[in-house]
Amino acid sequence: MDIHEYQAKQLLSKFGVEVPPGEVVYQTHEAENIVSWLNEEKIIVKAQVHAGGRGKAGGVKLCKSNEEVIETVDKMIGMKIITPQTSEEGKIVRRVYLEKGYEIEKELYFCITVDRETGGNTIITSKKGGMNIEEVADKNPEEIHKLKISPGGDLLTHHARTIAYNLGLTGVAAKKAQKNILGLYKAFTSLDAALIEVNPFAVVKGGDVIALDCKASFDDNALYRQRQVAEMKDENEYDPLELEAARHDLNYVKLDGNIGLMVNGAGLSMSTMDIIKYYGGEAANFMDVAGAATPTRVAAAFKLIYKDPDVKGILINIFGGMMRCNDIAQGLVDASKEVGLDKPLVVRLEGTNVEMGMDILKNSGFPIKPAETMEQAAQDIVALVQEKK
Amino acid sequence: MAVLLTKDSKIICQGFTGAQGTFHSERAIEYNTNIVGGVTPEKGGTKHLNIPVFNTVAEAKIKTNCNASGVFVPPPFAADAILEAVEAELDLVVCITDGIPTSDMQRVRREMKGSKTRLVGPNCPGVLTPGVGKIGIIPGHICKPGRIGVVSRSGTLSYESAVQTAQLGQSTIIGIGGDPVNGTNFVDALELFLNDSETDGIVLIGEIGGTAEIEGAEFIKTWSGKFKKPVAAFVAGAAAPKGRKLGHAGAIVNSGAETADAKKEALKSAGVEVAETITKIGEAMKVSMGVS
Repeated sequence: MDIHEYQAKQLLSKFGVEVPPGEVVYQTHEAENIVSWLNEEKIIVKAQVHAGGRGKAGGVKLCKSNEEVIETVDKMIGMKIITPQTSEEGKIVRRVYLEKGYEIEKELYFCITVDRETGGNTIITSKKGGMNIEEVADKNPEEIHKLKISPGGDLLTHHARTIAYNLGLTGVAAKKAQKNILGLYKAFTSLDAALIEVNPFAVVKGGDVIALDCKASFDDNALYRQRQVAEMKDENEYDPLELEAARHDLNYVKLDGNIGLMVNGAGLSMSTMDIIKYYGGEAANFMDVAGAATPTRVAAAFKLIYKDPDVKGILINIFGGMMRCNDIAQGLVDASKEVGLDKPLVVRLEGTNVEMGMDILKNSGFPIKPAETMEQAAQDIVALVQEKK
Repeated sequence: MAVLLTKDSKIICQGFTGAQGTFHSERAIEYNTNIVGGVTPEKGGTKHLNIPVFNTVAEAKIKTNCNASGVFVPPPFAADAILEAVEAELDLVVCITDGIPTSDMQRVRREMKGSKTRLVGPNCPGVLTPGVGKIGIIPGHICKPGRIGVVSRSGTLSYESAVQTAQLGQSTIIGIGGDPVNGTNFVDALELFLNDSETDGIVLIGEIGGTAEIEGAEFIKTWSGKFKKPVAAFVAGAAAPKGRKLGHAGAIVNSGAETADAKKEALKSAGVEVAETITKIGEAMKVSMGVS
């Protein structure tokens, strides 16, 4: 789960990480109070959306007077941010963050992430902050430092010292950076984070070291024990269908194509997207009906896909392992009745209780096309959807 | 001998009396798996499915001499259950549970350093040796005894592979799971199959995210002479958008090395026969082995 920059800064400051003083606003009139409270010469107004690259899209502005701040907030709320990380429609700005602007002396890069190779965490740092780190990694790989912390291990003072030196810091700045780095790591492990990226991690005029921008994302599997993080979820950042899917514990991701998918297993769901592409179609979604399938859950999954106006046909590909095919079939028949099925539906069932499942579908009275193999199923649904055009 | 699960394995189920533990233990018993006991705290001394239930793994080991466990415990308690089995010094722990926090698995990784126990999973379908038994949720009837070793991150894709290699049959099927921090990885499984006299060819099923497939490819490149077996592979997620997590906690493309294409290229460069769709994995295995 991702959170906004201002939320990440709120969390980090509790762990002793230096962040600029600031406040979030939802409406222009709120900005007036905040501006006088901040009482700074320079204030940065930042659109709060879950997407990188907002600076180039007009989502960050340095303001030098109170009037300019209020004018900027007014323009920014409700504007659309379109970046390479958003969909083509972009994202509507609903919250903006006002914070103190600094004179920056050095822009550094700092990031903590789970290292899948070691099973521990890795801290990635670079002197070349303030820019896209992937570009730095491509063009100047020698400018990237990695420090691997062993699985379940702590970040020790000497690690933090090494990182500060790798960032080219000495003296007071190095000391201040170390304190921030230890706080960032403590926050990462205490909050079950999956990624904390500070870019720029900056040395400002006067010698302070401050997390000027920050991105944080968290382990979904641990949200049950991280209530303060879970409560920060901004539902406006999600596709409505994805939110509905999450309420039913379905793994659903909206995609750009027109063939709706309902599959069990993440791997099979990805492979079904792949094979549809291979035969010239494109999936409208990723959908893994994970875990225990009850007829109610399957019905919810089917109705959800059916509801998507982009879906012109549906492919169901179930290989029962943890799931029982008869449960799937019953759920499908119930849902077909409810929606009055009128889009092409191809079903491939295999695995536990498959014959019971197929019988339920055959006797349902709905025009459901059974397919014996996944290959056949993919070819059938691509052809049926193309015919419809 | 097949790998991991053999005729000598004595298996217990942790989370035995829960709905999933019960359903899949019933299927395993039908498949003639040697399940000697179950563990559910507070239910020790009772019987379930006509099999004795114990309060702890340690007690189950004393009473049954078990050496392997299947974990069906809910996510908040699963890492602890794994470590309980590790401390009881079982040879094999297979964790089926999906949704364990990553930091819990990091702790498991730390505690298991130097341990003799092998962990498979979590978030995996388990291990099945056709004709011998199974730990986990792989449907027994789709697997046939034979000489192909299957290793897969995805559960359902391991089933697809079993069906497609039915003619050759399988020595053992290992589901290593879709989590970012797990136990057995591709390199471990490849090594087991390479050293197994009952395995002639290997199917490897990977997916987007992480670099375990690339490490597997590097390992295959070191094989030579007598120590070499044909490998066929598929990598799921060629149609996946960048930066979106697709179902498995570990299935997300964050960098160029984690894409399906990069992994396929790495495997091809190691001499692996790579299938373009999952439905062609059986064919790829045959091509790789030079059989028709």
